[in-house]
Amino acid sequence: MKKAGSIFGYGICTALCIVIVFPVFLLAVLSLQDGTELLKAVSPLSGNGFSRPDMIPLYPSVENYTQILLFSPEYYTVFWNSAGMTAAVLISQLIIAVPAAWAFARFEFRFRKVLFDIYVLLMLLPFQVTMLSQFILLDKTHLLDTRAAIILPAAFSAFPVFLMYRSFCSIPAEMIDAARIDGAGEWRILFGIGLPLGRNGITAALVLGFLDMWNMVEQPLTFLKDKRLYPLSLYLPMLGKLSGSMIAASAGTLIPAALVFIIGQDSLESGIVSSAVKE
Amino acid sequence: MISVEKTKKLSPAVWGCNTSVLPQEKRKKRKTGDKKYIPFLLPSLAGVCLFVAVPFADSLRRSVFGTFSGRFCGADNYKAVLDNAAFRLAVKNTALFTAVCLPLLIVLSLMTALILSRLKAVRAIRSVLLFPLAVPTAAMVLIWRLLFDDHGMINGMLDDAGIGTVHFLDSKAAFAVLAASYIWKNLGYTVLLWLTGIMSISESLSEAAAVDGAGSFGTLIYIILPNLRPAAYTITIISFLNSFKVFREAYLVAGAYPHDSIYLLQHLFNNWFANMELDKIAAATVMVFAVISAAVSLLRRVWDKEAST
Repeated sequence: MKKAGSIFGYGICTALCIVIVFPVFLLAVLSLQDGTELLKAVSPLSGNGFSRPDMIPLYPSVENYTQILLFSPEYYTVFWNSAGMTAAVLISQLIIAVPAAWAFARFEFRFRKVLFDIYVLLMLLPFQVTMLSQFILLDKTHLLDTRAAIILPAAFSAFPVFLMYRSFCSIPAEMIDAARIDGAGEWRILFGIGLPLGRNGITAALVLGFLDMWNMVEQPLTFLKDKRLYPLSLYLPMLGKLSGSMIAASAGTLIPAALVFIIGQDSLESGIVSSAVKE
Repeated sequence: MISVEKTKKLSPAVWGCNTSVLPQEKRKKRKTGDKKYIPFLLPSLAGVCLFVAVPFADSLRRSVFGTFSGRFCGADNYKAVLDNAAFRLAVKNTALFTAVCLPLLIVLSLMTALILSRLKAVRAIRSVLLFPLAVPTAAMVLIWRLLFDDHGMINGMLDDAGIGTVHFLDSKAAFAVLAASYIWKNLGYTVLLWLTGIMSISESLSEAAAVDGAGSFGTLIYIILPNLRPAAYTITIISFLNSFKVFREAYLVAGAYPHDSIYLLQHLFNNWFANMELDKIAAATVMVFAVISAAVSLLRRVWDKEAST
């Protein structure tokens, strides 16, 4: 009985996994097909019949990738735009959010609860609610249409504070007291105890921050007019008609995100886990 | 046990910080007396004030003044927004999306987590489920088109099966497509949060229930579900947060003016912005902010009540 149940369980989960992976699998397969084979997938979209791509490339080729890497200089521009802005945001989030989360988790002060509630509320606000206010501020400070317009507001995001707060909370108070008795300063305690023991929460915040920034759509759409500053996530849809190089460009966007996910996965999972544990 | 209960009542759970299990922990924190927390918090707080709080106050001001006339116009902007047909459509769709997808995601992920919690080789499955979180929307736009186009793969399959084709992106079906992509993206994260909750329920509790003669269904109803309430709170908050991000899919796949059934508040804000109708945005911003704050504090109240009972 129990065995039958678990076979059933594995069956359902396998089916679920196949459904979930399929779109990504399709992208990978299509990116390796050459022009003629791709026609089966692409040409019906603008004509008759239905798109029926081959699930296994008959003549695998990297033609699409060479096309985008060798003959599309603008791909490099947008790629590095995305990478640069993402890196700047993550570094500044690290500098700003880590001490803030530490303050909320390890100090007792007046308005602490109220302030933290405000942070959670801000974290929940969709971009559109703060869009107008930020636009006007950036306009007044002449930052509009520069990379800083994307980087600065994101640097002060409340989400990493929330995520790191949870993992800092789980550090036993005895350890910190022991360090205080030994005469360690508050910053020393953060660096010596907080960072190593809270590293899962910090990494999780960084990984999620990376994935979010790599995927940014609303902010550049609103704050950037100069298309040379556009990140990958806005550049791809501009390519227009479905083509081999567009598929390769999409796969190229996915690869860094997938790498970060795979490398950071353990910390990401335990960071998410520690954000959920309360009682 | 009694002392734990007492502490709980005196200080209802601070979000996430473990007041009930280790009541002594909070007391050991540094007290207000020294201002040592200030340098830690200040950079973040200053940034938040500069980039969110102060500009938001400015929106509040704008919402009761005309953009061009600069004169006080009371509730005129609000009236204009509430009378606006596009605003009503967008509010209806956004509310419907939240009301349908949030419970759907929460229930589906709970079911998946319950199944997973009984299996052994869950690590690989968990990773696969979480993976869509990493997939940039822009990278998938063309795959969504390939799948859901009028001449796309799914319509090909429907045609083969003799069911007839569906205009996925140009009919009410667009809503279902958007819902599916939301669930596709967020299922893994939510499953992981549920799994954490399930794993933290001690085995002795479930075993005791089994000894007392509870079947697996009884254990589920009386032991597992009640103990998952704390996890449910985080899950609702995170799922709510992520529900706003479906705009990316909707926008990148269907553009600024998608089918009426998926015209969300985010589209409306964007289009007003493109037309520089700033006073409308300001008024709508204030209203959306009020609704979200109300929803959050309601959730918070329910949560605090749970924590203290």
